[in-house]
Amino acid sequence: MGNQIFYATRAMGHKLQAQALVAKDGFSARYDLDRIKGVFSRPEHKLVGESYVGKILILDVAKGGVATAWMLYEMAARKMIPAALVLNGMNPIMVQGAAFADLPLMSDFECDITSAIPNGAMVEMDPTAARPYLRIV
Amino acid sequence: MKMNDEEQAMAAGEFGPLRRWAIEHQLKVGGYFGADDFVPVAQAHIMCDTESLGDAGVEWLERWTGLPREQRRVRVPTITDPRGTDFEKANGLRQQDWMVTRERRTVAALEALDVLMTNTCINYQTIMPPLLGDHVAYGDTGVVIYCNSVLGARSNFEGGPSALSAGLTGRTPRYGFHLDKTRRPSVRIDVKYTPRALNEWGALGALVGKLAGDYWHVPVVTGIDIVPGSDDMKHFGAAAASFGSLALFHIAGVTPEAKDLSFMKGTEGLPVHSVTQDDLKVLQRRYRQDDGDIDLVVFSAPQLSIVEMQQVADLLEGRHVKMPLLAITSPQVKPDADRMGITKRIEDAGGTVLSGMCFYNSYAREMAEANNWKRLATNSAKLVNIIGGYGYTPTLLGMESCVDLACKGKVRHG
Repeated sequence: MGNQIFYATRAMGHKLQAQALVAKDGFSARYDLDRIKGVFSRPEHKLVGESYVGKILILDVAKGGVATAWMLYEMAARKMIPAALVLNGMNPIMVQGAAFADLPLMSDFECDITSAIPNGAMVEMDPTAARPYLRIV
Repeated sequence: MKMNDEEQAMAAGEFGPLRRWAIEHQLKVGGYFGADDFVPVAQAHIMCDTESLGDAGVEWLERWTGLPREQRRVRVPTITDPRGTDFEKANGLRQQDWMVTRERRTVAALEALDVLMTNTCINYQTIMPPLLGDHVAYGDTGVVIYCNSVLGARSNFEGGPSALSAGLTGRTPRYGFHLDKTRRPSVRIDVKYTPRALNEWGALGALVGKLAGDYWHVPVVTGIDIVPGSDDMKHFGAAAASFGSLALFHIAGVTPEAKDLSFMKGTEGLPVHSVTQDDLKVLQRRYRQDDGDIDLVVFSAPQLSIVEMQQVADLLEGRHVKMPLLAITSPQVKPDADRMGITKRIEDAGGTVLSGMCFYNSYAREMAEANNWKRLATNSAKLVNIIGGYGYTPTLLGMESCVDLACKGKVRHG
């Protein structure tokens, strides 16, 4: 699994390496996070209690409302933001928020990316590559 | 993305730095989704509550207010979603001075851009509903899904920065629900029970949202045996958008793009899910506390129409609440409610009428701590979905049961 590369159809932002925080669950900054403490706070979320700060957050699909578009910028200003966001399915709000906050973003893989990357793995992602990719390092 | 001469001039900064930022932002977003070009929009609607903006977002807005007016003003009518407070009632909610100050700074910054401070998430009931085929750039998921589905307008979810961009450039990237191909149904939901109350419409919306799954899926709902009302569709859509991130639904024989039965041609092979009355009950039971230990009742999310305000007042007639009851409406409905005596009837019964805000985007966590609020009852499926993340334990009931609970101090099942 360590040598596998997962290619994304859509990507934005800069290349980076960081630890992955992975779950088969959705993502919304408003619904799911305690943004002051930098942890997942929604009781039903599979990552409840986990810190997302500085992690490459790998989740299933974008959920919830429009607030995330502002919130990512505010989280970035306080340096309480994930290092990057990787989803199986993206909605416009995540893309708009990531564009505004300069947050690397990747989506639309050939596989379920939440099953492909183990939670806690160190991963590299390169949205700038000719074929944007994510791999375990 | 293809750009015409005017768009290229914006990108080159010929219309000032704010419009250049706006179109560059739109190019990034449109590029991600493979948009070919821009589409002109008739209106924009900005979600801009300060709990989301934070100080960083407010400072970003203020950065532009010193530009010459011709460089900073929006180009198409641009309105706002609810604020994070009702300035006249902030003390009663135990909101802190810094919250109100942040709100006032945001209002001033947006007004400097000529944004119309409508502060509502029910603009389709109160301001200027878009027409069938109208391209718009709306924030607030409930606004988008209602206008796309019930009115046949065309909008993606436009978060604050993108809605502001659309207001400034007068256009938005042509992708998603601006395109015919994206508006076709991808899943069919066969409903075996037509809801009779707003909380049931919300529960059905929640289930449809969960079953459809994500933003890019468009459910066509069959089996609805009445023409629903505007408030029914409001709660249904808001919940579908909240639980499923949906931006468009069709109801066969009801909503404009599915009005003609020929709309169903080609849908035979779609995945089909059924929803029964029991399914609605199960969902609502997930959000029910049976020990009666509730701290407050909230009617919000979306803001209440004048009809809902009257219903709350009628249910409170001759009674008095034993816990906080908040009825939250728009600045357009509130003067009507005042003039018609509805506000007085609610407040004489001990309730509180709030205007221009919404409960969950009004520093809900801080209000909970300041007021010792934990367990909340509401008839809004959208609110129960959101408010758990702010530390509340929500209960979903009908409006009548919520009022009974507020007056009796216990849950009345039914």
